Amino acid sequence: MLDKNGIAQRIAQELQDGTYVNLGIGIPTLVANLVPEGMQVEFQSENGILGMGPFPSDDEVDADLINAGKQTITALAGAVYFDSATSFAMIRGRHVQLTVLGAMEVSQSGDIANWKIPGRLVKGMGGAMDLVASADNIVVAMMHTNKRGESKLLPSCSLPLTGVGCVRRVVTNLAVLDICDGAFHLVERAPGVSVDDIKAATAGVLIAPSSVPEMQL
Amino acid sequence: MALDKTVSGVEAACQGIEDGMTVMLGGFGLCGIPECSIGELARLGVKDLTCISNNAGVDDFGLGLLLKARQIRKMIASYVGENDEFERQMLSGELDVDLIPQGSLAERCRAGGAGIPAFFTPAGFGTEIAEGKEVRQFDGKPHILESALTADFAIVKAWKGDTAGNLIFKATARNFNPAMAMAGGITIAEVEELVPAGALDPNQIHTPGIFVQRIFQGAHYERRIEQRTISTASSNK
Repeated sequence: MLDKNGIAQRIAQELQDGTYVNLGIGIPTLVANLVPEGMQVEFQSENGILGMGPFPSDDEVDADLINAGKQTITALAGAVYFDSATSFAMIRGRHVQLTVLGAMEVSQSGDIANWKIPGRLVKGMGGAMDLVASADNIVVAMMHTNKRGESKLLPSCSLPLTGVGCVRRVVTNLAVLDICDGAFHLVERAPGVSVDDIKAATAGVLIAPSSVPEMQL
Repeated sequence: MALDKTVSGVEAACQGIEDGMTVMLGGFGLCGIPECSIGELARLGVKDLTCISNNAGVDDFGLGLLLKARQIRKMIASYVGENDEFERQMLSGELDVDLIPQGSLAERCRAGGAGIPAFFTPAGFGTEIAEGKEVRQFDGKPHILESALTADFAIVKAWKGDTAGNLIFKATARNFNPAMAMAGGITIAEVEELVPAGALDPNQIHTPGIFVQRIFQGAHYERRIEQRTISTASSNK
C-alpha cells in the first residue's frame, strides 16, 4: 500500500516530456518535486503563473507570488505571469495537456465529485470544473477509500458532480486504474496489495486481467 | 493629453458606493486584494452588498471583514474554503451564495467589460451549476451558456499606476484584477505606487487607463500571506 508520497511518485510516471501540466491541491502538489531527471515539464498554476518553481527560502518569500493552493512559491527562469481570464484560456483552449487533481468520488463512467458535500461542507469548485471539462488527459490522485473505509470508486457518484465522463486514469494507494466502457480496468497493483484487496475496496465494476503487474517505483 | 483619474484618497475613491450595490473586488485568496478600499467599505458600513470576488477572504482579513459585519447579502465566488464565518452564514441560509467555476467567473467579468453578453463554455456541463442554462453542442461536445457579469463598482489593486489610470500588476497578484477593471461601471484602482502619466513604459502596461475611473495611492499594505510555505534543505532534495 502506498502513502501520499508514493501516489505522487506513481503519478510522476504519467508526466511526458515537453508538456504543460496543472497540478491540483493536495497529493498532486507533491508531483512537482518528482519530475524525472532530464525531462522538461512546465507547471501551470491557474491563479496566473507558468513556470512554477519550488517553495521559496525564508528571505525569498513574496506575498504576491503564490500558487492556486495559496502557498508561497518561486518562479523558474522563463516563467510568466498572466491574468485569470488568460489562465483559463490556456485551460479551456486545451493548451495545458495534463491535469492531476484530487477527488472525493470517481465513478466507473469517469464522473468526478470533489467540491461539495451538501449541508456539511461547501468549499467551492475553484478551477476544477474548468480543468476537468477541457484537459485532454485527466488523472485523479486519491486514496482508494474514505476515512470511514468506504470505496471512493463507485458505480455512480453520490456527491454533486464536478464533471462528467472526464477522468481517464485513477492512481490510488492501492492501484492504477483506467476508466473506459463504463468500468474500472485494473492496470497495476501497489506493492504488497493483491487483486482481491483492490476488488474489496472498489464498489464500481472492476475488470482485472489474469495477471496484474506491480507498480515499479 | 492623458485624462487625470486621480482622487485624493480612499474616501474619495469609494464615494457613491451605497447599500444594495454590486461590487467586484480583485484578488485571489488574499493576494492582490484591494486592502485599503475594503477597509473603507467596513468603515462606511454600507450593507446589503452583492460582492463578486474569487474568494471571500479569511475570518479577520479581506472580505471576511465585511462578512463578519454582515455587510454582504450575496456573494458570487468560486472558492470559499478558507473562511469559517462564510461557511456558517451560507449553510444557515443567512448569506445568498452563487458559486461558479473560476474560469467562468473570470471570463464572465471579461465579457462584461468587453461588451459580450454571454458565451458558451464546457465547464460545468452535467453538474448542478448547469441547471436552467441553455446547452448547445459544438464539435460534438456539450457547452453551457454563461452570461456576462458587470458591477456598479469594480475595485482593483495594482503594483504601479499612473495618473491616467494605467496599471501594472506584480506577479500572481494580477489574477482577477484586469478582467474586473474592465467590468466596473466605476472602476477604482488602488496602487502601491502612483506616478505621473508618462512615467510608466507604455509597452509594460497591463490594464489601459480607459478602464479606470478613479486611482489613488494606498497606504499601510499588510500583504498578508495565507500559506507561508518554505523550502527546507530536506524538501529540496
